[in-house]
Amino acid sequence: MASSWSLIKRSRTLIHHKKKLAFLGIGSAPTFSSSSSSPFMKRPCAASAPYINNHFRFLRRFEFTKAEAAQLELQHYVTDDDDNNQVIDFPGGKVAFTSEMRFISESIQKRVPCYRVLDDNGMPMKYSNYVQISKEMAVKMYSDMVTLQTMDSIFYEVQRQGRISFYLTSMGEEAVNIASAAALSFDDVILPQYREPGVLLWRGFTLQQFVDQLFGNTSDLGKGRQMPIHYGSNKHNYFTVSSPIATQLPQAVGAAYSLKIDGKSACAVTYCGDGGTSEGDFHAGLNFAAVMDAPVIFICRNNGWAISTPVEEQFRSDGVVVKGQAYGIWSIRVDGNDALAVYSAVHTAREIAIKEKRPVLIEALTYRVGHHSTSDDSTKYRPIDEIEYWKMERNPVNRFKRWVERNGWWSDHNESELRSSVRKQLMQAIQVAEKAQKPPLSDLFNDVYDRLPSNLEEQERLLREIVKKHPEDYPSDVPL
Amino acid sequence: MLASFQHSKMLRAIRHKNILPAISAFRAFSSSAKEMTVREALNSALDEEMSADPKVFLMGEEVGEYQGAYKITKGLLDKYGPERVLDTPITEAGFTGIGVGAAYYGLRPVVEFMTFNFSMQAIDHIINSAAKSNYMSAGQISVPIVFRGPNGAAAGVGAQHSQCYAAWYASCPGLKVLSPYSSEDARGLLKAAIRDPDPVVFLENELLYGESFPVSAEVLDSSFCLPIGKAKIEREGKDVTITAFSKMVGYALKVGRILAKEGISAEVINLRSIRPLDRSTINASVRKTNRLVTVEEGFPQHGVGAEICTSVIEESFGYLDAPVERIAGADVPMPYAANLERMAVPQVEDIVRAAKRACYRSVPLAATA
Repeated sequence: MASSWSLIKRSRTLIHHKKKLAFLGIGSAPTFSSSSSSPFMKRPCAASAPYINNHFRFLRRFEFTKAEAAQLELQHYVTDDDDNNQVIDFPGGKVAFTSEMRFISESIQKRVPCYRVLDDNGMPMKYSNYVQISKEMAVKMYSDMVTLQTMDSIFYEVQRQGRISFYLTSMGEEAVNIASAAALSFDDVILPQYREPGVLLWRGFTLQQFVDQLFGNTSDLGKGRQMPIHYGSNKHNYFTVSSPIATQLPQAVGAAYSLKIDGKSACAVTYCGDGGTSEGDFHAGLNFAAVMDAPVIFICRNNGWAISTPVEEQFRSDGVVVKGQAYGIWSIRVDGNDALAVYSAVHTAREIAIKEKRPVLIEALTYRVGHHSTSDDSTKYRPIDEIEYWKMERNPVNRFKRWVERNGWWSDHNESELRSSVRKQLMQAIQVAEKAQKPPLSDLFNDVYDRLPSNLEEQERLLREIVKKHPEDYPSDVPL
Repeated sequence: MLASFQHSKMLRAIRHKNILPAISAFRAFSSSAKEMTVREALNSALDEEMSADPKVFLMGEEVGEYQGAYKITKGLLDKYGPERVLDTPITEAGFTGIGVGAAYYGLRPVVEFMTFNFSMQAIDHIINSAAKSNYMSAGQISVPIVFRGPNGAAAGVGAQHSQCYAAWYASCPGLKVLSPYSSEDARGLLKAAIRDPDPVVFLENELLYGESFPVSAEVLDSSFCLPIGKAKIEREGKDVTITAFSKMVGYALKVGRILAKEGISAEVINLRSIRPLDRSTINASVRKTNRLVTVEEGFPQHGVGAEICTSVIEESFGYLDAPVERIAGADVPMPYAANLERMAVPQVEDIVRAAKRACYRSVPLAATA
């Protein structure tokens, strides 16, 4: 089941970075092909190219010499149109020159194709290439997708009933959440945006723990410090959700760099939405990841909407996948509602990131079925039938279910049992969480610094004095 | 203490216009103390901390190959290699975010900003991520990161290269903010900052990099460390307290010597730590002298002096014999022309006049309005 490939070693200097595409094709492993159109590539690279065994040392900027520059390959830059092989030498490497003034079009004629394994009915497509999964894996994946779906609908209602202050759902993105988590190892560190609770669920965060965070009670791992859905757990290698968009992208590169220095066989995985790619941090993160050779996977959930901003108003590029090449990063576009495709892509990306110590960008095309959050009513800016269509016909959970059922691994009985059991557990967890105490007063002051500083000690002391003096002003059900 | 006593004794003899004397003159008086520039102090502190803890690494623009924009990181790339001294692309937001991420994971980055003015391009990572993460994650994510670089006005660099950020960062809980003056401060505080488990903003001063200070054998020892949150009384006095940090400490010491000739004994406090502020030392001093002048280079509104003034009013109001005098930079973006620049930053004369006003040796400001 292991996928294998061989990457032609690339030449690398501080200022010039040119990718050679790889081929593989052993067994059922996915292939990287040069079929994605690129303005420069008129001839695919042959495995027998003369440069295959050249591997250049990392050259420091000031040591770059003409001799070393001469070793850089030209072949890629030469097209059938050019008569001569003359090149110009500039910082950044040699480029072929052309007498034809031709602007690169703002978009290629054909959009980058999207990798998918199952069709809309959950049937594996003809000639589909994917990483096989076992029955146990498939059943766990499906169960977690159902659990996530159920969590979302119940918690959303709980917010609507006024019992929690806020919630945001991952509806429509269950496959991205669960399948990506399933393809990773527990050692991989996750830096989420905020629509990836499924990853934490996969890793074993209990329903009770989720609910405790939502209610901000004394059992909350976050000690009631944050709004709902800002989960975090060191034990599960899932960094606490932070609200500002895309800040986790360069941070993931830092974490990946640290993993590399530590020599760990693990990578950093970070998520963002289509909107997040507009932030400066997206540029900084991807650029840096490439320059630093950081083992990080960027998974962009392109779900079509950033609150009310549709992707047409977010960027004018062909989605997010094309941006990867601009930074010198391996990229792939994947059907985010196809659990098997997501699994295969993430599984392979992980191997690339760790073995080759380089970043990978995955654009998972999907659709945000729910509103942005409980503070949003998306029917105000998009048609209801569009939402319904994606909720019913393009539902990733149902699609995967058909595949699992067809393999004989799931039945209607399993289905009803699972759904009612999850519902029951959730209801119970909510009851427990709601009745639980709120965090104590001391949690107001600790963790600002590693150790409580004297000014906060004093403020706490003063506060307790006041509470003692005026107990009627202090809520009786909050411990001190 | 011995070093500063010799220091001031020698300065009186020299009567030099500059902040600090020439090295050769000093040597005539000192017998045991060595000399070290602030640059050397910072460099040696980084070197020793990197050697002691393999998790410490440096990151910033030009810190490696170029030996540091101000040569603070000179020689460190050669000694520790490119994995521990990282030259970064020009993206403060990028490398600050990366530093924070690395710190989340468990490394101890020291991130250099070419000047703190550029830190504004990364301030979200510093405040929303570094400062708040330990609290928001309930202690699960600690951020042992140091942000360092020159802060405040240099000479002739204009508005976007001259702002002092002490007040901005010091207002944020979760951060520690330090600002050294002398080489001893630089060594001790930087080492403390690197060893500290919390995020620290370390505000240096470009004009002080080349200044030489005496350092004792204790300071030169690799285990030397100064406590965070303790101010230093650079000059003891009994008539008026002058608080200052960074370059202004040198000015304040000069003011102390000038006032001494006129019979006013000034106590100069080198804050060293802006957050946490050493309120007890400041208040103890004001209770002794009953008069306070706060000095800073930054903008006056919501500045460090404003906080010190409030602290003194809250804790030692009854001890004040005069209103608190606050000396700060002019409330304008820093102009470039040398004559205008000179008028936009505090000068020694301004501080002297303020001290005299506090001591009622000249007409109070209100009466002249």
